Amino acid sequence: MVPLDYYIILSAFLFAVGVVGVIVSRNLIVMFMGVEIMLNAANLALMAFSRHLKLMDGQVLVFLVMTLAAAEAAVGLAIIIAVFRGRESVNADHLNLMKW
Amino acid sequence: MLLFVVAAIIALAAAVMVITVRNPVASVLYLIISLLAQSVLYIQLSGLFVAAFLVLIYGGAILVLFLFVIMMLNIRYADFGPDMLKAVKPWGWIFGLVLLAEMVWVSMGVSTRMSAVDPAFGSVPAVAMLLYTKYVYPFELTSILLLAAIVGAVVMAKRGM
Repeated sequence: MVPLDYYIILSAFLFAVGVVGVIVSRNLIVMFMGVEIMLNAANLALMAFSRHLKLMDGQVLVFLVMTLAAAEAAVGLAIIIAVFRGRESVNADHLNLMKW
Repeated sequence: MLLFVVAAIIALAAAVMVITVRNPVASVLYLIISLLAQSVLYIQLSGLFVAAFLVLIYGGAILVLFLFVIMMLNIRYADFGPDMLKAVKPWGWIFGLVLLAEMVWVSMGVSTRMSAVDPAFGSVPAVAMLLYTKYVYPFELTSILLLAAIVGAVVMAKRGM
């Protein structure tokens, strides 16, 4: 049996990869995928704690988070399409209308 | 243990490739690989239903939606931005490393071995029973969330609105 903290540390690594992806990347689609990686890292931690505490509530929560991710992906991609239509670009540096 | 190490390395390496590869289509495919490796971990955590759900809904539906949008956008290759490995954004990497160190430091203390669990844990009937009794209201509310997302996506992506 793999100890709990191995899963939690793997989840921390995945979350950090997602954060770096959002901060460093200039491509809106890759930034969005960074958010998906972060959601999956949180899901992995939920699954590990659910197994450790022998409560299936965590798995139900993972189910709900995945539904949320589907809704978020649909709306986010619609925003990216609208941005691309207006700016002909998916580079986040070009979206500087509200930059001070 | 070996299975965990292999799946963890694949999941992490594929996630790193997602954010470093320059072509978004390739990074979506790497994200699918990472999700498949994570579903192996879910099965190891005896969450069979959620593992199947991850592959079907996440890998099969959400990421295919990403692929559709990327192919629909018809982006020029020059628009992908500078190469991640060459781009000098030191603060992003530094913040990421600090965050990682913090999270690892916090989770070091929870070292416990997991005990055995009965075979029905995480099976479809068990999760469904919980989903339709204790969590029936959140479960029904997700349908409203999805409806709102559908309407919002259509309104936003429609031309001239």
